[in-house]
Amino acid sequence: MNHIANVSRRGFLQGMLSTGAFVLSVRFMPEALWAADALSGSRADQSPLHPSVYLGVDTDGTVYIVAHRSEMGTTSRTSLPLVLAEELDADWSRVKVQQAIGDPRYGSQDTDGSHSIRDFYQPMREAGATARLMLVRAAAQQWGVPETECLTEPHVVVHKATAKRAGFGELATAAAKLPVPKKDELKFKPASTWRYVGKGQASYDLEDICTGKAKFGMDARIDGMLYASIEHPPVLGAKVKSFDDKAPLQVKGVSQTVVIDTFTPPHHFQPLGGIAVIADNTWSAMKGRKRLKAVWDNGPHAVYSSDQFKKELQATARNPGKAARNQGDVDAVFAQGGKILEAEYYVPHLAHASMEPPVALADYRDGKVEVWASTQNPQAVQETLSEKLGIPKEAVTCHVPLLGGGFGRKSKPDYAAEAAILSKKVGRPVKVVWSREDDIRFDYYHTVSAMYMKAALGADGLPTAWLQRSVFPSIGSTFNVNGTAAGAGELQQGWTDLPFNIPNLRAENSGAAAHVRIGWLRSVANIYHAFAAQSFADECAHAAGRDPVEYLLALVGPARIVDVKKSAPDYPNYGGSLEDYPIDTARYRRVIELAAEKSGWGKQKLGKGQGMGIAVHRSFLTYVATVVQVEVNDQGELRIPRVDTAVDAGLVVNPEATRNQFEGAAVFGTSLARFGEITATNGVIDQSNFDTYPVSRMNEAPYQTNVYIVESGAPPAGVGEPGVPPFAPALCNAIFAATGKRVRELPLSRSKLGS
Amino acid sequence: MIQLKVNGVQRTFDGEPDMPLLWYLRDVLALTGTKFGCGMALCGACTVQKNGKAIRSCITTMQRAAGSDIRTIEDIASNGLHPVQKAWVEVNVPQCGYCQSGQIMQAISLLNDKPKPTDEDIDDVMSGNICRCGTYQRIRAAIKTAAGERA
Repeated sequence: MNHIANVSRRGFLQGMLSTGAFVLSVRFMPEALWAADALSGSRADQSPLHPSVYLGVDTDGTVYIVAHRSEMGTTSRTSLPLVLAEELDADWSRVKVQQAIGDPRYGSQDTDGSHSIRDFYQPMREAGATARLMLVRAAAQQWGVPETECLTEPHVVVHKATAKRAGFGELATAAAKLPVPKKDELKFKPASTWRYVGKGQASYDLEDICTGKAKFGMDARIDGMLYASIEHPPVLGAKVKSFDDKAPLQVKGVSQTVVIDTFTPPHHFQPLGGIAVIADNTWSAMKGRKRLKAVWDNGPHAVYSSDQFKKELQATARNPGKAARNQGDVDAVFAQGGKILEAEYYVPHLAHASMEPPVALADYRDGKVEVWASTQNPQAVQETLSEKLGIPKEAVTCHVPLLGGGFGRKSKPDYAAEAAILSKKVGRPVKVVWSREDDIRFDYYHTVSAMYMKAALGADGLPTAWLQRSVFPSIGSTFNVNGTAAGAGELQQGWTDLPFNIPNLRAENSGAAAHVRIGWLRSVANIYHAFAAQSFADECAHAAGRDPVEYLLALVGPARIVDVKKSAPDYPNYGGSLEDYPIDTARYRRVIELAAEKSGWGKQKLGKGQGMGIAVHRSFLTYVATVVQVEVNDQGELRIPRVDTAVDAGLVVNPEATRNQFEGAAVFGTSLARFGEITATNGVIDQSNFDTYPVSRMNEAPYQTNVYIVESGAPPAGVGEPGVPPFAPALCNAIFAATGKRVRELPLSRSKLGS
Repeated sequence: MIQLKVNGVQRTFDGEPDMPLLWYLRDVLALTGTKFGCGMALCGACTVQKNGKAIRSCITTMQRAAGSDIRTIEDIASNGLHPVQKAWVEVNVPQCGYCQSGQIMQAISLLNDKPKPTDEDIDDVMSGNICRCGTYQRIRAAIKTAAGERA
């Protein structure tokens, strides 16, 4: 998919090939990656009918729909345009999806927090309905008939009584002359007539992916570009004392080395600093870098060692913290004695390890920079580069190719800033390619956490009091040097939102200092909070001698709306209103019952070493219950033959893509539960590649994950992340059922499961 | 001078003989369908065919590729999609898609050796290819579809 571009207008090859007025150059970039041009606007903008930034209808009938969110595998690049196509009544085969550059006019492009559909379902509907109404009005005027008598069929306006028909392309120019209708004039298609929403479509890029044509950030190329591999400081905040680049410069293809300054705290999205080796191909840059000798001033974070830090977190968790939610009086109940359960849980740091390591290509010239970055947040690329280069945000054009996975890592554009800084210093386009070792050693890690749980069980075995306490370095530390206390955004994730029907309940937290960069990882704080709460619920069930599913339903209690604000005033509900997205225990109950029923809970005859476990969790406003089935042999080898997951995500636009997300979440959950562990010694990360940071392979992953989507009239919620949190506790509860061994620390590779 | 054939075209390489084939394909020939994932043959994203066998191009030096016949994902389809690619589309395997070139190249090699692979065969051969999005059960289903079995 080479594209011939008139590059002189874009000022690309100046001084490199020719200074002719019409230099043509082959750029190995698909059109979609750069069609959205800062100068001329997107293809949607260039179309005659474009009543919204999200679409354009051309005279040939092509409908351009802008995908403004990043595509990293969740299919949002398909599902959101599909919503627009639905209300436009477009024929999907005549839709061209155009990827947006970073530009605030599209609204938030920060593709995280599982909210692409939640936040943009309505804007997409409105954009589609607006254009459809304009096309209908144009046809009605041309035919001299009332607009109320005109209907649409895919891509056509129809007047049945006169048998008149006109395609969207024929009507585009006339429609463009009409005033853009107001929102209250719009009529949305009744759900019964939906062709796409709720039925879904395969990824727009499916065939390109299967033929190797799809262009990821790693694949971005422009003429004259150089490649960089960066030796980052081994410890967070370390500075270069001295370095010797004689050996690197002897490597064929290496042209120079460039120092990137270490950031001034807080690190935010700034580059770590380091020494870049620049070459005319990736391999030479990497080879040269291996020969670099650098001496570092490691600074204060060289004290960080995981074993010691773990003990400190656990000690903190045994002492009272700050109450983030408090109802009744847990202390009074505990003081009465009776049956008291206590347990401690621990989840280590995790790395994202997306298959495509961080990568970005930048071309700085004349106070402007054009970037192609695997980024979840192109506007953050604009902001960060603007700050680091001292140029206005508008001078940063950020193209968004496909991302080879993201999982939250690529919300932070430090590597794009590296590319831009290097391009400015070198005077050529520079592509920064992180190695796998860079990716794992210099991540924005999922935080490390310790949880302490305590419950008093009444005569029926149900808790009369429940205390949960978590301790972890906060993501706030990435933005604020004093950011040790957890934010409400972290505590809402499986802690302050606990739905259990317990009169005395307290959720506490204590802060901890961060010694590595902390960031968001797929489902974030829900991972460790759900692991502790859902494992402990299972422990209580067994202590009470009751069936875990029946007990979980009793814990959740009768169908009701949990008035969480009463006991947790800071609860933010993922930015959704509690009117639209209440904490609804009926929905918890439904997914528990569905997952249990479909898994054959209580009906299957399980043999020696076999077991089933359940967990339920609401995150990103979606309710998920997961039943995991395991087999553990005498040697302690674990197999996961089957997973059954029930999902209530409100309205689901793309069920097939949603199933894909939950199948994948089971594998992601398996990876973190079985193997996921990042540790540090003297501030240096101990892991470096898939040998020391394993992720699930086919033979280690669940054999079969069945996903059941609840039909729901509720507004749409998230699907990218919510499958992850319940997986690890359901797995460990299954292991307990199979072996009698309770796993309270992840990863499982640290536990001996054999007899 | 190293001679080799890539996707049917005779090529000459006069760069560093220790350059991995992966970077020659990607940086020199602009065949970017083959992906970089780990650089240590741990993930399989870089899988291509050398003389009809799946290999990891990230650890195969140009010296070792000399004289060989290399095929990449770009050259697998002829007269429409390869049956394995068709199966991948039919089963809707990919999520992010980054590892899928390597998965498909590995699956083609598996089916060449074992036209009707068992679950164990599939596990044995495909467990060297990591998919971080977790599409393994669809990969298995697509391989069975391509093998003409019911998934």
